[in-house]
Amino acid sequence: MSAKTLMRGTHVLGEAAIRSGCRAYFGYPITPQNELPEYMASEFAKRSDGVFVQAESEIASINMVIGASATGARVMTSSSSPGVSLKQEGISYLAAMELPAVIVNMMRGGPGLGNIAPAQGDYFQATRGGGHGDYRVIVLSPAYGQEIADMTRQAVDQADKYRTPVMIRGDGMMGQMMEPVVFPEPIDPASLPVKEWALTGAKDRPSRIIRSLWLDPPKEEELNWRLMRKYEAITEEISDQEAYLCEDADIVIVAYGTAARIAKGAVHRVRSHGVKAGLYRPKTLWPFPGSLLASMSRDLDNIVVFEMSAGQMVEDVRLSVEGKCPVTFYGRPGGVVSTPEEISGVLTSVSAGKAKKSA
Amino acid sequence: MLALEKLKKAPDGKIDKNKPESQGISVFSHRHTGVLDVKKIFSRPKSLKDVPFHYCPGCGHSVIHRLVCEVIDELGIQDRTIGVPPAGCAVLAYNYFDLDMCEAPHGRAAAVATGIKRMLPDHVVFTYQGDGDIAAIGTAETIHAANRGERVTCIFVNNAVYGMTGGQMAPTTLPGQVTTTSPGGRKPLRDGNPLDLSAMLALAAGSVFIERTTVANPKGVNRTKKAIRKAFQAQLDDKGFSLVEVLSPCPTNWKMSPVDSITWVEETMSKIFPIQVIKDVA
Repeated sequence: MSAKTLMRGTHVLGEAAIRSGCRAYFGYPITPQNELPEYMASEFAKRSDGVFVQAESEIASINMVIGASATGARVMTSSSSPGVSLKQEGISYLAAMELPAVIVNMMRGGPGLGNIAPAQGDYFQATRGGGHGDYRVIVLSPAYGQEIADMTRQAVDQADKYRTPVMIRGDGMMGQMMEPVVFPEPIDPASLPVKEWALTGAKDRPSRIIRSLWLDPPKEEELNWRLMRKYEAITEEISDQEAYLCEDADIVIVAYGTAARIAKGAVHRVRSHGVKAGLYRPKTLWPFPGSLLASMSRDLDNIVVFEMSAGQMVEDVRLSVEGKCPVTFYGRPGGVVSTPEEISGVLTSVSAGKAKKSA
Repeated sequence: MLALEKLKKAPDGKIDKNKPESQGISVFSHRHTGVLDVKKIFSRPKSLKDVPFHYCPGCGHSVIHRLVCEVIDELGIQDRTIGVPPAGCAVLAYNYFDLDMCEAPHGRAAAVATGIKRMLPDHVVFTYQGDGDIAAIGTAETIHAANRGERVTCIFVNNAVYGMTGGQMAPTTLPGQVTTTSPGGRKPLRDGNPLDLSAMLALAAGSVFIERTTVANPKGVNRTKKAIRKAFQAQLDDKGFSLVEVLSPCPTNWKMSPVDSITWVEETMSKIFPIQVIKDVA
């Protein structure tokens, strides 16, 4: 383990990726994530085995990711909402070609150009696949500096393990905020298992093809079912959440990322006024960790879903809870960041039976 | 000794291994034993798989595939070459090239190739793209790969039409040319002009070798092979970006006979896209 370091979120992402054996980064500038490509450019400039390319677009950068990943490298790209929209074509290909890659989205207000403030409006895009076709992307949602480091390591490992793109979701607030972090031990990429599928030149072995085109429908169906079996395994193996003060709770607020930190403050506030509140924080957005919430929901009076959007994750909560408990949504889209006071007001009124609609 | 065998012998009498087994036809010779001896001097290149092509009769793709494979064999780089096929008629190129191959989304081959080459700088990386792929949807990726001087080689097959999708207007469709989406002929002020991507790429400081050839006639085939070899050599020498644009007949979508297609390439298409070395600083 490294010594404790004070570092901003974007730099934590970069450092943790490099320590996880990532030696390739391809990106394109967009606020609020520019400190990550800048960090990768400066770190890779110091070493002989790092590849940094600033591409001409997000489209080009995700396709460079495809190429680098096809050679077996651990590879990362990052962007923010509009740029991640442009990457979706490539992400669909990565999923279909079963190529590992880590994609960071420091989400901003949208739709359209929106703004650069923290927001969570890309939940549907991330958790429903995002591009065309039947596929899913593992979506990790850190909320703390240390978790950014830990989840970056997980993302790189899971991408390789499942041969699938993994997305890490944050926002400008998490990217800028400096927090103490202890990094995991560095991995030497040479020590990693050889990827028997990687394109390295057909030397002393048959040639290999990495493709997503299956013109024969039964073959394409076979790929789809293989992906679905993989997604079932992923759901089984990596779904994760933090259930905070939920044991005796009457009301639970469900929130992720920055919103979860605000919600945690709100939980503390209302508890000091006698409201038994808890926080349920999905750490994986896909697979959505709904089973614990579902089992808890019978004993709850209320669930409040708080998102920095007009309401997206709330659908997964309702699907998980299946009507066993009333679910109320509260959201602030467009880059508005609620305060813990605001959210504690929501919790208080909902628990008092005055379900509050979205602002 | 027969004339064709003489061709393969260097002045010192040794067989020149660099002379490919593709310069002629099978040679029959009688030895003193009287037994018929068959010497194979024309065969499928090693890096070309033994499977039938799906391409239409009279299409240039199969010839161009073969030329790329002959060059790869002659350079002895089959085991360290990685190819990137397009979306388009040659999308199935990975079924023919006996090389490691990585599919690319439509137009993105130059970016995919960049990712591969940056990770494996000792390998040879080439893209194989049609005009719609490289000169319409992939213009940005191609120009910037050239501008960065990526040590990759693009084989750009220009047949002035979208082939696989059924004959729509391409960026390289000639003025007046009838396609399914320019039914009255391409009108430049409405539909744009044929895009000379190769000339644009020549402006990029990172490009070192760009030549336009054709496979419409035997001379053109020979010249195309030489150009492909030069383009790969520029990459092997770590010089920069190289590209060979090959004017290639598409009888199916031009709705012409194969013979008329060849004439059209020679007499009409090559007026707009002249056969020439466009840039050579390799």
